[in-house]
Order: sequence, then structure tokens, then C-alpha cells
Amino acid sequence: MSAPALETRGLTKSFGALVVANMIDFRLERGARHALIGPNGAGKTSFVELVTGALPPNAGRILVEGADITLLPRAARVKRGLVRTFQITALFRGLSVLENVILAVSERHGIGGGLFRPAGNYRAAIEEAFALVERLGLAEDALRPINTLAYGRQRLVEIAVALALMPRVLLLDEPAAGVPSGESGTIIEVIESLPPDITLLIIEHDMDLVFRLAQRITVMVQGSILVEGPPEAIAADPEVRRVYLGERKRA
Amino acid sequence: MHSPDAVGSFARRHRYHPLEAVPWLIAVAAYFAFPTYVPLGAQILATILFALSADLVLGYAGIVTLGQTAFFGTGAYTAGLLATHGWGEPITGLLAGAAAAALVGLLSGLVILRTTGLTLLMLTLVVASMLYEAVNKASWLTGGDDGLQGMEVWPIFGRFRFDLFGETAYFYCLIVLFLCWFAVRRIVHSPFGRSLVGIRENVRRMHAIGTPVGARRLVVYTIAAALAGVSGAMIAQTTQFVALSFLGLDRSGTVLIMLIIGGVGRLYGAFIGVPLYMIAQDRFSSIDPVYWYFWIGLSMVLLVVFARGGVLGLAERLQLRVRSRR
Repeated sequence: MSAPALETRGLTKSFGALVVANMIDFRLERGARHALIGPNGAGKTSFVELVTGALPPNAGRILVEGADITLLPRAARVKRGLVRTFQITALFRGLSVLENVILAVSERHGIGGGLFRPAGNYRAAIEEAFALVERLGLAEDALRPINTLAYGRQRLVEIAVALALMPRVLLLDEPAAGVPSGESGTIIEVIESLPPDITLLIIEHDMDLVFRLAQRITVMVQGSILVEGPPEAIAADPEVRRVYLGERKRA
Repeated sequence: MHSPDAVGSFARRHRYHPLEAVPWLIAVAAYFAFPTYVPLGAQILATILFALSADLVLGYAGIVTLGQTAFFGTGAYTAGLLATHGWGEPITGLLAGAAAAALVGLLSGLVILRTTGLTLLMLTLVVASMLYEAVNKASWLTGGDDGLQGMEVWPIFGRFRFDLFGETAYFYCLIVLFLCWFAVRRIVHSPFGRSLVGIRENVRRMHAIGTPVGARRLVVYTIAAALAGVSGAMIAQTTQFVALSFLGLDRSGTVLIMLIIGGVGRLYGAFIGVPLYMIAQDRFSSIDPVYWYFWIGLSMVLLVVFARGGVLGLAERLQLRVRSRR
């Protein structure tokens, strides 16, 4: 059997007394559609930060396709196909949609450090970026700066930038957060239509989205994994209902 | 929006605009129109290069620094020491100044660029202060407080002597500035230059798209140091004197003020801010020799309150307003 797309062993991180990741053993199988859920402050986003290298862990190992990446810098992890999106949109707000994607494509092509040739002369990168923008239905907005777009459109750009990096493992941190329910449909369709060879981990609060997309669900509470299983089992799990689903209903 | 339009708009962006010829035309015209101001003109041209280097670091890469003077001074002392020790050839003097400044930029950058924000700002000050004191102490070599005396700069290409009226100096500075501007313009329009803007706008995102952010910052810091070194070397050679004030912190502050007046991160802010500041300084100090700094300060306050983004920022807003009227 091949190594999982992403694996963590005993991953631990604490800030003083606050433990955001407590001995997390997690496996993300290749091609999976996996969701990570949990109440606010459960450590979901911290998990993403640890895996992508934005936070150094106190202990534990991170493996991508069997290779240990625990000590690799962030950029090197991206080169291995480990890509994330941000819960709170993190784009270049003054730059156009197209340029946001071009920057990502340029880094993947390894031309991002080119010093002398004008960026406009790298036709292949620009055309590839535009094709991606078009595929996500953003062609009309290609030349508009990010800060003039509706939030739902910005979330699509967030995904476009990630796809420009040709991810093998894609960590989607609340892809539909803050998007009016009428517009989240487009985002769900885009995620559903992603090629099956991209392994997906979706961190999400929106239960409809989770149960629609995920084949497997992991529930995190207070920095630890509470339970993992197929959606039906998770929905029926009394413990999960108590700490998570029930609480949400009351709220 | 079709693919060719979008691709085309990017391919066109680095093309030359007719307005970009204006600074050079003015520079040539000013030589003929104000012959008595030619020496000041040469100083202005060399200082534009210094401001351009600050714009690359601050305006494009978003590295807030008060240490550019360290590289300016390194370039000046390198060219100066060469010329006092029997090597007065100006072009190699400039290149040596650039190389020495780049080396100081690279070595200090390796250490201090690990930090960001206020910590980095303090560390840039520290580097500049340390260099200032080192040069001050090494008075056997640098002349310390008295400055470096007795520079002998040879004619350019063995033909064009640096004359008393500053005419050779003027064209020397103009040509060097032009070449450096050309290089900087290429850099800011390159993928590297665009990635600097990305780092300035959102460094987390740049990490997330796999940019080696630390390396990019170090490269731009080193390039800007080299440019500041050229500027310092050029002023040393054309005035045939290097003073300790070349390493003074107030010079780092002044160059930022000039840049802010012109407009930061726009490539041409240096070309507007530096002449405005230096001409105003010249005028105010002859009208009011005692309190001229007050008038500079007052103009600065007015500019920051009423013209955010400097002169270029103001021009952009006016342009937008005219367009939206139409």
C-alpha cells in the first residue's frame, strides 16, 4: 500500500498552557475528500499552520507521501504540492485577480526570481493564469483589483491561487466562510469538480457543505482528535452530537 | 474579457510611456537654462539615485529602513579612499563603491532581515550607527571627524576632467543615474519586482505560494545597497570630499522625506521629491538662512495632510477624478 498523501505522528504544539495540538496522529489517504470539523478554538487552523510550516511544532512529525517534511521551510512544502487556502481571505488586495494568480503560477514555474526580463513577456505563465481564472468563472473580473470584488468572488480567487500551484494535497480552510448562502453554491461546485488526484482536506463549520463533500470526517476538540469516521457514523455519534452538533443547534 | 485582452494588458504594462522621457528632457534643459546651478544639479542627480535605492527597499519590498546611509557612506568612503591612495579612475571607483556597499548590505542583511517591522527598523539604525562610529574611530584611515581630504579623481576615460563649474560632474551623474534607472525599471517590472510587491502587500500569502521570501528580501536589500553605494561614490568623486556626515543618520531620514514628497513605490517619486526638496532647501536657506528648516517642515506637514502619497499620489487622484467626470 502506498504511503498516505499526508500524515502526522504525535504532532504537538502549545503556547504556554494552551495546547492547540495534542499528540495528533492523522492520516489523509491519497485522493481523499476528508473534512476536519470541530468547535471554535478546537485547533483546526493551527493544524493547518503546523502542517504548512507557518508554525513550528513542539514535537511530532509531518509526512507528505511518506517523506518527512517536518523541518522543511514553507516554500519547499509548497514545491512538494502541499498547498493551503486561508480562512480569512489573504490575497494581494491592490492587485488584479489575474496578477494574484500570475504570481502563484510564476513561483511554480520557478521564474518568480527573474530579475531583468519583464513579467509581461512570460506569456506561458500569463496564459495559464488566465485559463485558470476563466475556468473558475472569473474572466469578467480578471483585471479588477481584489478589493473591488464581492467577498464570494474573492473566495474563488483564493481557490484559484491555490490551484495555480498544482496542489497534490490541498488544505481548504473554511472555503465558504463569510460567504452569503446564495453564493456558496458556486464554491461548492468548484470544489466538487476538482480532479480526483488532488487530495482534499476541508476545514469547515458549515455542516451542509461538510456532509455534501466529505467521504470521511475527523472531529477535533481542544487540540485533540475526538473521533474519525464516515459522515453517517459521525452524524450518529452521541459524543460528537454533544460537543459539536448539539452546541451548534443551541447557538 | 478574452484571453488576448488580458494577456495583452500585461504585456503592455512595462512598455515606455512618453511621460517617462520628461525627467531626462528637464535634466538636459536645466543644464542650459540655469548654468550657475549646475553643481547643485549634479548633487540632485546623485541624490535621486540614493532615493531610488530607498524606493526599491521601502516602496517596493516594504522593508522599512533608516539605514540606507550606511551603504551611501560605504560607497563614498570606498571611492574616496581609492582616490586618496593613488587610484582616481572614476568608473572603477564607482564599481568598487557599489561592490563594497553591496557586501555590507548582504552581510548586514543576512543578520537583520530575519526580523521585520519595528525591530528591523531599529536594527537598520544600529548598523548605520556602528558603521558611523567605526569610521569615526579609524581616523588614521578615514580622517575621522575632519573627513577624507586630498582626493584626486582622474578625468573620465582619461579625457573629461572634473572642472570647477561642475559641467563634467553634471553629465557624469546624469549618465550614471540614467543607467541605474534603466536597471531599476527593469527590476520592478520583472517577476522578481512583482514578487516584491506581493511580499509588501501580503507576506503570508507569498509564503503560501512557495516564495522564498527571505531570499527575495536579501537580494533586493543587496541591490539597493549597491545603488546607494554608487550614489555615495558619485557625490564623493564630484565634490572630491567625503565627510563623516555621509554616514549620518539624518541623511537616511532626509532621503525618506524626499521620497515621501515625491511618492513612495512609484519609481518616479525620487525624480520629483529630490529636486523639490533640494531646490526648496536652496531657496529657503537663501531667503531665511536661520529658520529655513522650519519652512521645510511646514511644507512637509501640509504635504502629508493634503497630499497623501506625495506629488505622484496627488496626480493619480486628480487623474481619476478627471476620468470619472468624463
